[in-house]
Amino acid sequence: MTRTFKYIAPLAVLMLVLAACDAGDESPGPGASGDGELGGEISIIAVYADAEQEAFMSMIEPWAEEHGVQINYESTRDINAVLTTRLAGGNPPDIAGLPGPGQMAEFARNDQLVALDDVIDLDTYRENYSDAWIELGSADGEFVGIFTKNSVKGGIWYNPAAFEDAGYEVPEDFAGLEALVEQIAEDGTPPWGIGLENAAASGWPGTDWIEDFMLRQSGPDAYNQWWQGELAWTSDEVRSAFEAFGAWAADETYVAGGPNSALNTAFGNGGDCLFEDPPECYLHHQASFITSFFEDNFPDVAESGVTYDFFMMPGIEYDGVVAGGDLFGMFNDTPQARSLMQYLVTPEAQQIWVEIGGALSPNKGVSLDAYPDEISRRSAEALINAETVVFDASDLMPTEMNAAFWSAVLDYVQNPDNLDSILENLDAVQEDSYGG
Amino acid sequence: MDFGTVLMAIIVVIGVPAATVGYALLTERLLKLVRPQRRAAVRPWLWLLPGFAFLGLYLIYPTINTLILSFQNSNSTEFVGVENYATLLNQGGFWQTMLNTGLWIVFFAAVVVLLGILIAVLADRVRYETAVKALVFLPLAISFVAAGVIWNFMYDFDPDRGTVNAIVGIAGVEPQSWLTEWPRNTFMLIIVGIWMWVGFATVILSAGLKGISTELLEAARMDGANELQVFFRIILPLLAPTIAVVATTIVITALKTFDIIYVMTGGNFGTNNLATLFYAERFRAFDAGTAAAVAIILLLAIIPVMLFNIRRFQAQEAIR
Amino acid sequence: MTGDARVDAPPRVDTLAGSGPKWYNRLPLHVALILISMIWLLPTVALLVSSFRPSSEILTTGWWNAFTLPFQFTLDNYQEVLSRDNMGTSFLNSLFITIPATVIPIMVAAFAAYAFAWMEFPGRNVLFILVVGLLVVPLQSALIPVLQFTTNIGLTGTFPAVWLAHTGFGLPFAIFLLRNFFGALPREMFESAYLDGASPTTAFFRLVLPLSVPAIASLVIFQFMFVWNDLLVALILVGGTQDVAPMTVTIANLVNSLGQGWDRLTAAAFISMALPLVVFFSLQRYFVRGILGGSVKG
Repeated sequence: MTRTFKYIAPLAVLMLVLAACDAGDESPGPGASGDGELGGEISIIAVYADAEQEAFMSMIEPWAEEHGVQINYESTRDINAVLTTRLAGGNPPDIAGLPGPGQMAEFARNDQLVALDDVIDLDTYRENYSDAWIELGSADGEFVGIFTKNSVKGGIWYNPAAFEDAGYEVPEDFAGLEALVEQIAEDGTPPWGIGLENAAASGWPGTDWIEDFMLRQSGPDAYNQWWQGELAWTSDEVRSAFEAFGAWAADETYVAGGPNSALNTAFGNGGDCLFEDPPECYLHHQASFITSFFEDNFPDVAESGVTYDFFMMPGIEYDGVVAGGDLFGMFNDTPQARSLMQYLVTPEAQQIWVEIGGALSPNKGVSLDAYPDEISRRSAEALINAETVVFDASDLMPTEMNAAFWSAVLDYVQNPDNLDSILENLDAVQEDSYGG
Repeated sequence: MDFGTVLMAIIVVIGVPAATVGYALLTERLLKLVRPQRRAAVRPWLWLLPGFAFLGLYLIYPTINTLILSFQNSNSTEFVGVENYATLLNQGGFWQTMLNTGLWIVFFAAVVVLLGILIAVLADRVRYETAVKALVFLPLAISFVAAGVIWNFMYDFDPDRGTVNAIVGIAGVEPQSWLTEWPRNTFMLIIVGIWMWVGFATVILSAGLKGISTELLEAARMDGANELQVFFRIILPLLAPTIAVVATTIVITALKTFDIIYVMTGGNFGTNNLATLFYAERFRAFDAGTAAAVAIILLLAIIPVMLFNIRRFQAQEAIR
Repeated sequence: MTGDARVDAPPRVDTLAGSGPKWYNRLPLHVALILISMIWLLPTVALLVSSFRPSSEILTTGWWNAFTLPFQFTLDNYQEVLSRDNMGTSFLNSLFITIPATVIPIMVAAFAAYAFAWMEFPGRNVLFILVVGLLVVPLQSALIPVLQFTTNIGLTGTFPAVWLAHTGFGLPFAIFLLRNFFGALPREMFESAYLDGASPTTAFFRLVLPLSVPAIASLVIFQFMFVWNDLLVALILVGGTQDVAPMTVTIANLVNSLGQGWDRLTAAAFISMALPLVVFFSLQRYFVRGILGGSVKG
């Protein structure tokens, strides 16, 4: 017994010392003081971590200070599993960043989300948001989700310096893009850099491509029918969007490293080839957030407007823009949660994150001048000026459909000849995932 | 907070261990309340009580719950009979999932157990035993998020980044896409599993090996047995119960492998096993019923393992 | 009496002495062991080398490029991980979670394993097989009901919630392993102890536990490590708020929602691995031969 104690004693002392040190740098947390109009605390779960988390906290801190509310923020990237488990286990957060409108609809169907009709003043909300965002935040006729931040999909990124060296020009229209792609391939470099790998979510960058083609080839009506489950995957419209993607992504001549490289490359490395010397690709299709990867991967080379820039994917039969966005929903009806939801939709709140960088605001009240750089301002403009804006279809689909779509992209790039069976399989998933 | 932290430190280091020892001492006191001739019959239940209280609450009750869920619809509002099981059996990738599960059991378990025995026995004979055991143990100590990073370094398609492709490149082989072609990808994932779990087998087998008396081995050597004979005639039979424990645990680990597949391929390219299928059904398809059915199939899959263990106990009882 | 046997383990016997202690006889043994160690070490070395490389290098080139000129080594990754505001608190939280979540299941399992190995009662085999069967229950399927009753009794968000959960989840393996080792102890030893008037409780603390130290040591190593590295149970039962988050949660938050920042995990891995390795090495002293032999003779 005494010998055992010999080992436990120093450990106990160590822990007491550590505990004391820890207590030393204790400082009052945010929201501990304030006018205390509300007081209490609020629990929030979202996917934001690291710099995003800091930006999100900067956004809500003014609110917390004003109302004297303590914020208990938790971050997880596995938000589906954590939210589902905590909801089923009877311990949901007060509010949460939802993975997408598709999952929001599932939570709403199980009556887990609080309806926001009497939380958010809809008249003011309508003034600041286009109707599309209200519709996207509704499920089964109930308004349950608010958008706080969004991104523009379908940017085509290039290296202006490399373009100049090779004598390439930014294309005016889709025919111009096709000609440019052929030209680059003929000059001996595969034109596209593609990265589809993202662990369990692998394949999603391909769904963005297919959505872009779907919207531009067949128009917003067909696009909306498609994600609503009313247009078959085997239809000509969807098939031709797959084929347009595959003509480039599944062909060795057009993808840096060949389709196998596209399947294996992490999406954040997909555009690396733009920065090689000489370039190993000239074009990269990705949403507006890709710039942070350029800056991380090539801190000495990547420079906005000089070595990277973007143009929007040109229209084909139709013109338009696909957008993505971050949703928040309320699981517990507390005064603090109501107040924070009201705050999150204000232009003042969203402007904070916009100014920090990395976010576009869906709120019309946020001025274009708030954007910290040229590229994010142009992304925001592209969204405002587009004649049609649709939301990322895969995020709108039921989760099971979404996951099947991701995998289908991988299967298709690996075996483009199997398109028929891949689409038939997606039809089968469509049949049982929309039922509800 | 400061007072709370100190209090927590005291509870953690002194209170909790004392409470567990206290319980054991309490059992004899409690037995004093029982008539002497009944004590031997009551005693085992007092020793089992805390364990089964935990097992009941944390594993048995959830399992019964899962069993019920498996006969209900996706949001558990009504009973649907065996529909979930039928859906599962007719699902496109289900048999490939079962096949992968089988590959994991056969190749992962066999290699881990054999290598574990080999390393434990060999390392037992050298002075740097601890170093060898530490090296094979290391992978399990690395949290899986980081191990995922390591193996991306290994399997990356780009030979400028992927170690394995860089190595085969020296031999003039084209870069291979290790994780996208079935069944090769399942074997590549099994290699990751082997790398992680051999240390587990080695450490436990090594503990078992220390229980074999030196005199016995020396006596055999005196009698002129060579090292192979000593291994097969003395070490292996005496180590058999420990090997059985390790093998059982490793087979179950193979069945439950989740992190490796989820992080490396996400179950794509035909790499799903039952554990990743469970996750996909529960948290992607939000289908509590079908997910529960997967969990029940997982439970059924270990019946052979349990039968093997029953036989083993009966044999052990007979000789003791 | 057993204490002496444990400390003064018999000197290591050169087990190949019979065939002559010539170094070249043992050469294949050394070659095999060193080869295995090398193969096992390679992936970890890749991680270790990477952890000292600048982030942009990790993201774009292979780890062996670190050895090409110009050398670019840096401590930035370590500094970045260690300077997280919450790192100190979460290290302490990890200890507060891991120590009881190691001690409780091992003690509780030892009680049960003792009963299974050395006491007679009806249904012994059936109950034991049930325990083994519970090894296969997937954590994710047990978590929802566990969270339900943890919330009902008001423990959610506290450390005891995870202690108890890890005890429940860790018990099947612990009972399984310990019963096997306890069962291998010689029957005569118990008989003579009982003749001397020892109670089963005394036998448990004076004979069973001391004689099973290698098994208990390996159990401590694994239970400690599994709990230390656990992310899911902690995230669900105590949550990820700063005052209670263990290190795994703080480390997971180095990576943002797009997956950026994974390069820092290289350094984080070695920081979080340090304590489990300390436990591993400090318990190696109990992996000695002759504990049993010594006690029986003594």
